[in-house]
Amino acid sequence: MELTRRDALAALAAGGVVLGGGAALTWEELRAEEGGNRDGAALDDREVETLAAVATALYPSEATGVPAFVETYVVGRIRDRRAYAEGVKSALSTLDSYAESWYGGRYAALDGGARDGLLREVGVATAEPNPDGLDPERLRYYLVNELLYAFYASPAGGRLVGIENPQGYPGGTESYRRGPER
Amino acid sequence: MNPGADRRPSDRVDVCVVGSGPAGALIAAALAERGRDVVVLEAGRRFDPDERLEQMERSIRPGGGAVWEMGGERDAFTSTGERRYPLNAARVKGVGGSTLHWQGMVMRLHESDFERRSRDGVADDWPIGYRDLRPYYARAEAELGVAGADDNPFAPPREEPFPMPGFRPSYADSLFAEACGRLGVVTHSVPNARNSEPYDGRGGCVGYGTCKPVCPSGAKYTAEVHVARAEEAGARVVDRAPVQRLEHDRAGETVEAAVYATPDGRTYRQEARRFVVACGGVETPRLLLLSKSEKHPDGLANSSGLVGRYFMDHLFAGMGGRLDEPTRQNHVGFITSECHQFYDDPGRATAGIPGADADFAPLKLEFLNYAGPSPVEMALSADEWGDDLLASLREAYGNEIGMGALVGQLPRAENRITLDPSRTDDRGNPVPAIRWRIDGRTRRTIERANEIQRAILNELGVEITWTVGPENTGPAFHHMGTTRMGTDPEESVVDPELRTHDLDNLWIASSSVFVTGGAMNPTLTIAALALRAAERVDATL
Ligand SMILES: Cc1cc2nc3c(=O)[nH]c(=O)nc-3n(C[C@H](O)[C@H](O)[C@H](O)COP(=O)(O)OP(=O)(O)OC[C@H]3O[C@@H](n4cnc5c(N)ncnc54)[C@H](O)[C@@H]3O)c2cc1C
Ligand code: SF4
Repeated sequence: MELTRRDALAALAAGGVVLGGGAALTWEELRAEEGGNRDGAALDDREVETLAAVATALYPSEATGVPAFVETYVVGRIRDRRAYAEGVKSALSTLDSYAESWYGGRYAALDGGARDGLLREVGVATAEPNPDGLDPERLRYYLVNELLYAFYASPAGGRLVGIENPQGYPGGTESYRRGPER
Repeated sequence: MNPGADRRPSDRVDVCVVGSGPAGALIAAALAERGRDVVVLEAGRRFDPDERLEQMERSIRPGGGAVWEMGGERDAFTSTGERRYPLNAARVKGVGGSTLHWQGMVMRLHESDFERRSRDGVADDWPIGYRDLRPYYARAEAELGVAGADDNPFAPPREEPFPMPGFRPSYADSLFAEACGRLGVVTHSVPNARNSEPYDGRGGCVGYGTCKPVCPSGAKYTAEVHVARAEEAGARVVDRAPVQRLEHDRAGETVEAAVYATPDGRTYRQEARRFVVACGGVETPRLLLLSKSEKHPDGLANSSGLVGRYFMDHLFAGMGGRLDEPTRQNHVGFITSECHQFYDDPGRATAGIPGADADFAPLKLEFLNYAGPSPVEMALSADEWGDDLLASLREAYGNEIGMGALVGQLPRAENRITLDPSRTDDRGNPVPAIRWRIDGRTRRTIERANEIQRAILNELGVEITWTVGPENTGPAFHHMGTTRMGTDPEESVVDPELRTHDLDNLWIASSSVFVTGGAMNPTLTIAALALRAAERVDATL
């Protein structure tokens, strides 16, 4: 299953983020928009790679096109939301420092098994999501649940489970009346 | 109103309304539109419609806090008695009241509900009947914006069509309809205070599926609609202004002022010629009890001793499980089919359901469109991800199916709201104490509802995995009975016009005036009573 920028735009629109012209923005464009301001919301290259690596661990392996999907979604989410962007960045840097100290390398450089293992070892699997909480709680909130929400509250992930109009997505009033595809 | 807003009182107004849920908002709008000078005092804050998408996300994503900010010192309460009552799950304090969170199912009571004593020999009759309310029901449906269809053979008589076409049945409804048909059980549509098409300046439903607790599109009615109408007609609505007590004249016959607090710690007095208390079924009696005085030592309007008594709710009964085919749940957050066939005669037999010979309370059956887990909610609290998570979601979602029911409870004097002297809220006022239990007739009716549900689910071929019966039942969050209506001042708190027997300028608009509760969600009846009371208040000005 190929994830597209259009899927990400649909997920964004559900949350009320509509980009001018309905076109996806890239990190490059966001940085330009912010005039290269280092205190802007845009992630740097390293953060972008870490985020895509986390998403690849969280999404089912049949999903391809993850980096573009994540880029479009997260740019839209954090543009004009500085505090939120800070939360995401700080969670990414926390994750990377665990990777450095426990695995001796950046998170994005780890192989699939190690990425998955590190998330578990940090305690993200059972942590209560909390934007102001302890490390695993912040990681759960800003990374894991942020990315899972993008996926499963929109048709892209919903369809894989069998629900093309999942909760959180304004998919109209036809789908609840449709029978299953046979 | 923003934090720095002017919350000082207006000069003595025609009408002061306390509470801005549907009851208070409808009255305020009706009176302001008739040219009356109206102030509404609301304990909770104004929730900006621009927050609604974020609130929706919070409702799905754990960790974001209570969607309508209920809980904490302001909302403290105690629950005693046999059953715990989860009060703060059952109400919202804010401009718009509990309709911010509600589901929006809106039915009329049946004729029989007004005549429980005459028909069944239990409880009491209302002093008014269905005929008295009928025109107001029609107006209430137009005010709230109700989508409904005329296919319910058990509904009380109506002449006017619903303001909007009903929502069509869901796929799961069609599965139920077939099984029910074989049992001689009739299914039909259900009226929703939710736009099936654009209405009253609000858009049609777009299927977010988070109706309860929050509809981000505005398709679901909230009383903010009538707050806005009231304001357009010149009413003043002051938020974060909890009324602490009502003060009366020297004779103890007329209310003079509502004393309210503001966020900066001050208290003010709003004077008015007429007062309407519309604080919901728990805070309404509480405010009267808090307003006790030398003349009214047991609380205002409480010469009968009945303020706070006869607290009742509807009880939920449910059952569900898994079918060996897809059921298409959780696309929308509302119900599209019910069965009211057993409402007036719960013991009746049908071709496939055996009769039962006992005294039962009214009951209605619901066919759920949101049985089983919502995949996104499940994902966000799962302890796995990747392929494992997807496999678990596929396993859990797809085949769940379920039924609900509401059962009416008899009014009983010992079920009551009092003040808890041992605990105070953020303003130092004793918190409400709820004493609540359910009686044998109600338990029996829950069992009867389960029996009918089991027969339907068995016929459908469902493997039943869960039941909500008399042991694990819970309230439907409809607070009724605590300032009951009647003609005899010794047996009731308000008269049939909803004016208190004891004070000549004090009205109550709430399900607290219900004498009995039937088994229909109460808000359409609250709205009809409020529209009627507005006329009565107006006529005295
Ligand atoms: C989860 C849920 C689902 C529901 N679903 C349905 C449904 O499908 N159908 C249905 O008919 N009903 C439903 N209800 C019930 C419905 O919401 C209520 O019947 C309705 O809102 C009651 O209207 P009201 O105006 O009397 O009180 P409320 O809506 O509760 O409003 C009372 C207002 O008064 C304010 N207030 C209280 N005390 C004071 C004070 N001292 N000073 C100033 N202001 C005060 C409160 O802050 C509140 O805003 C549901 C309720 C809940 C919680
Ligand atoms: S499904 Fe519910 S939440 Fe969504 S638009 Fe319709 S009424 Fe609103």
